[in-house]
Amino acid sequence: MSEITKQSLSELVKNIKDKNLSSEEVTKAFIDRSEKSKELNAYITENYSSALENAKKFDQKPNLELKLPGIPMAVKDLFCTKDIRTTAGSKILGNFVPTYESTVTQNLWDEGAILIGKLNCDEFAMGSSNETSFFGNVQNPIDKSLVPGGSSGGSASAVAGQLTPITIGTDTGGSIRQPASFTGTVGLKPTYGSCSRYGIVAFASSLDQAGPMAQNVKDCALLQEVISTYDPKDSTSIEFKRNEYSKELTNNIKGKKIGIPKEYRVEGMPKEIEDLWQKGIEFAKDCGAQIVDITLPHTSYALPTYYIVAPAEASSNLARYDGVKYGFRSKGENLTDMYEKTRSEGFGDEVQRRIMIGTYVLSSGYYDAYYLKAQKIRKLIKNDFDEAYKKVDAILTPSTPSSAFKIGEKKDDPVSMYLNDIFTVPVNLAGLPGISIPAGQDTKGYPLGLQIIGKAFDEQSILNIAYAMEEKIKFKNKITDWWIK
Amino acid sequence: MSIDLKIIKHISKLSRISVDEQKAHKLADDLNSIFKFIEKLNELKTDNVEPLTSVAETTLKLRTDEVKSKDIRDQIIKNSPQDNEDYFVVPKVIE
Amino acid sequence: MSKNKSDYLINRKDNQYEVVIGLEVHAQVTSESKLFSSSSTKFGAEPNTQVSLVDAAFPGMLPVINEFCVKQAIKTGIGLNAKINKRSVFDRKNYFYADLPQGYQISQFKDPIVGEGKVILDMPEGQKEVGIERLHLEQDAGKSIHDLDPQNTFVDLNRSGVALMEIVSKPDLRSPDEVSAYIKKLRSIMRYLGTCDGNMQEGSLRADVNVSVRVKGSKELGIRCEIKNVNSIKFMQMAIEYEANRQVDLIEDGKSIDQETRLFDTKKNETRSMRSKEDAHDYRYFPDPDLLPLEVSDEFVNELKKNIPELPDDKKKRFIDEFKLSPYEATILVSDIETAKYFEEVVAKMGKNKDIKLAVNWITGELFAVLNDKNLEISQSPVSAKNLAILVNLIKNGTISGKIAKTVFELMLDGDKDPQKIVEEKGLKQQSDPKAIEALIDKIINDNREKAIEYKQGKEKLFGFFVGQAMKVSGGKANPQLINEILKKKLQ
Repeated sequence: MSEITKQSLSELVKNIKDKNLSSEEVTKAFIDRSEKSKELNAYITENYSSALENAKKFDQKPNLELKLPGIPMAVKDLFCTKDIRTTAGSKILGNFVPTYESTVTQNLWDEGAILIGKLNCDEFAMGSSNETSFFGNVQNPIDKSLVPGGSSGGSASAVAGQLTPITIGTDTGGSIRQPASFTGTVGLKPTYGSCSRYGIVAFASSLDQAGPMAQNVKDCALLQEVISTYDPKDSTSIEFKRNEYSKELTNNIKGKKIGIPKEYRVEGMPKEIEDLWQKGIEFAKDCGAQIVDITLPHTSYALPTYYIVAPAEASSNLARYDGVKYGFRSKGENLTDMYEKTRSEGFGDEVQRRIMIGTYVLSSGYYDAYYLKAQKIRKLIKNDFDEAYKKVDAILTPSTPSSAFKIGEKKDDPVSMYLNDIFTVPVNLAGLPGISIPAGQDTKGYPLGLQIIGKAFDEQSILNIAYAMEEKIKFKNKITDWWIK
Repeated sequence: MSIDLKIIKHISKLSRISVDEQKAHKLADDLNSIFKFIEKLNELKTDNVEPLTSVAETTLKLRTDEVKSKDIRDQIIKNSPQDNEDYFVVPKVIE
Repeated sequence: MSKNKSDYLINRKDNQYEVVIGLEVHAQVTSESKLFSSSSTKFGAEPNTQVSLVDAAFPGMLPVINEFCVKQAIKTGIGLNAKINKRSVFDRKNYFYADLPQGYQISQFKDPIVGEGKVILDMPEGQKEVGIERLHLEQDAGKSIHDLDPQNTFVDLNRSGVALMEIVSKPDLRSPDEVSAYIKKLRSIMRYLGTCDGNMQEGSLRADVNVSVRVKGSKELGIRCEIKNVNSIKFMQMAIEYEANRQVDLIEDGKSIDQETRLFDTKKNETRSMRSKEDAHDYRYFPDPDLLPLEVSDEFVNELKKNIPELPDDKKKRFIDEFKLSPYEATILVSDIETAKYFEEVVAKMGKNKDIKLAVNWITGELFAVLNDKNLEISQSPVSAKNLAILVNLIKNGTISGKIAKTVFELMLDGDKDPQKIVEEKGLKQQSDPKAIEALIDKIINDNREKAIEYKQGKEKLFGFFVGQAMKVSGGKANPQLINEILKKKLQ
């Protein structure tokens, strides 16, 4: 049996079910490694002693029918966890302890999982490098001073660094897929409405989705089974037949039609990305899939559209952070003064920037030109996909326009930072599922990811395609444990 | 469409975020470059396009009219920054 | 049907001004739970005890719409003869205030659930039609309490999230009296439907009043001011009078009127400008992405239409046709559903040979007087419909006189006593035996022969004397009708 923290979720589950390992042993192993990994700064809140107690309790009366029996895991600090501090990476929620649990995390605990801590993220999920968190930057285990991507940077870093066997993040414009790509891990953003948003700190309501992040596709599939449920407490939650994704996982994708959208070949794209994409196409063919050229004509308008819609919704969703009911409050001479000081001291720069953008595009005189227009273009983008899916079953693209960049490299140039999301954003705008799998390395040896986009509610197909390609690609993440103390 | 200090001050009032001169200048610069990037949308004619109402392909589910929430005042007030057990307390609005 | 028949005018030296009024009424929906959360809506609870995580806008909380509130809004729309929009959208109205925990109110902006309709008012000068622009559903805000602490405001979120119907009228009202009639009619319709209890003291019904003035005969609308949150009809009327005069004075002075929001100061009886909220009107409405468009089917609406109870206008017609009431009487009786119910119960319990007019007089006369005096609603009437019916029957069948009935009624008030029993216990049955009365009258005439002669000679006023004597001698119990008949005969 290999070292505990090197095992995949499936291996751990099997070992616990076969009684080769106890939950306490597994939990202790991940806690130990996490404690030695403070330099990554992946954690905002540790829940170690509670976790060990829960693991012991599990071992006393193990329910081995559960899907995640006694499995320890940390989750992104955007999920409200009962009685455990939840900050959204922000000062304004720096001391907030929810008295309630999010639906998605409850699903995890109901299947036997044990919470070991809350993972760092960009503040309110706004960012692509985990450099906007009030709790400091996160390091990418791949190399020192490299960003892990964002906003689920702490999550990706923790999975790649094996501080947790699996985790869940959230994805609004690429926040699961892009960090997965930057850290050589797998991340799935499900169809909009697949996972409940109840209890998740909201960023952009029509785009946010929770999703699994793991070291391989099979682990993601199992996690997706657990977290995807219909929730009447979320009016945008959708009732549809959900597969047992891991059970129905297959590498047989013969005859699946995979579309290659020419518009994703953007100007100035590094050759390595183009090469990776070609390699992916070859792998897909090897698996028996059929490659089809398709067009998604409005692709180039996706990013500007996103940067109107997301900030607009965020500006309204973040209005509740006013120091009145919970969270940070600054002293003010009167109510307005209190609001202004609280919010300008409690929110970081990127959040304030996006709130301002959002407020502006909704304001009187600008609504039609910006927000309304963006929602129309969003319709066109969705139509593009609907048209394409008449011809293909899935779409293959690169996940990101580059490998991970250095911490600080793009911090002062918001637009350059936003361009990270160019391949991932259209998927959120159309509400479709998308998965990123590591597919190669660039000349520096940093991981590069490929994205497979699916039809609405067809997570199974993209998981299968990803599973088949993963087998062919045989990606090995080069982790040297440089940060371990 | 250029974003000047006047607009920044106006938006900051609307969003209840205070800005000093320095911050306002930086924000104006940032927003201007972001909006230049967003201007690309003007290339598209969208007069006859219906705006997207939701990507969620479902209808609005209606809830039964039942009182399910009990008195959870201590939970609700527990996180509030002030000491009062019955009310939320805020500084007065100036009339 | 008249539109502008009211002659409420503001007079100045050389000009006469007409007042144009539009109302935005906020009516709290009668329901068990709130519009988007399952907290209770009961009035008068301890502060912050009817607040859920959703109501207090905790992170990650989401709205889920209450089906019954949707039905209540549609029913109200039907009662207003309005167009029901099968597809409507919920929008966020964004602004900051301590009693608005989300930092936005969920309301409906461009696509409300109910469209145009109308309401008929019964005014002294005739019927008047008032147009309804729209009705939409929205969340109520919490309460800010400013006077418990000198430095701070205390916030109670019990009311936050309760369903409101906002009913917007067209600017068809022209006088404080029309405004009163309009509010009463709206209130009556909603109470008939059970969609709002209309209790203004508890805040179930309040209005924003839009007032503008123009020279009589002019077709253009003047600049209007909005007087916010007026919670009684009396205050609405006073506010309108003050505001109309204020605007006219400005015009007469050659000044212009600022379009602004004002408050009615109930202590000084004047309107004053609210602190200029610099960006108060940029609510940045956009469709709420946590909710999908609301779609209701024809079946859904038709099922509600089928079960609409008889509304005031129809009930009034029926009362006139079936019970032969005058329009005036019918209007009074249908004005409130509880009154109509009480009346119909009295009529039903009177059985055969009923004197409906008499019942009407007793309800609108004696009963109303008592209710007013004791400040009671008819639903709290100390005299039940059943017993009032018995009382009226006792008068009709001659058992007691109308005058005695008043005495009996007084005694009924204490514990809703059965009038039959009172009459028996106190021996108040009136004397209706013609022979006995004849004997009585013969004796009186005998004892007063001179007066009888004077009467026969033409002093007609003396008739009253004889009636009085008969009443006195009989202890008030002699049947007055018989007294009259027999006296007339005997004094011929």
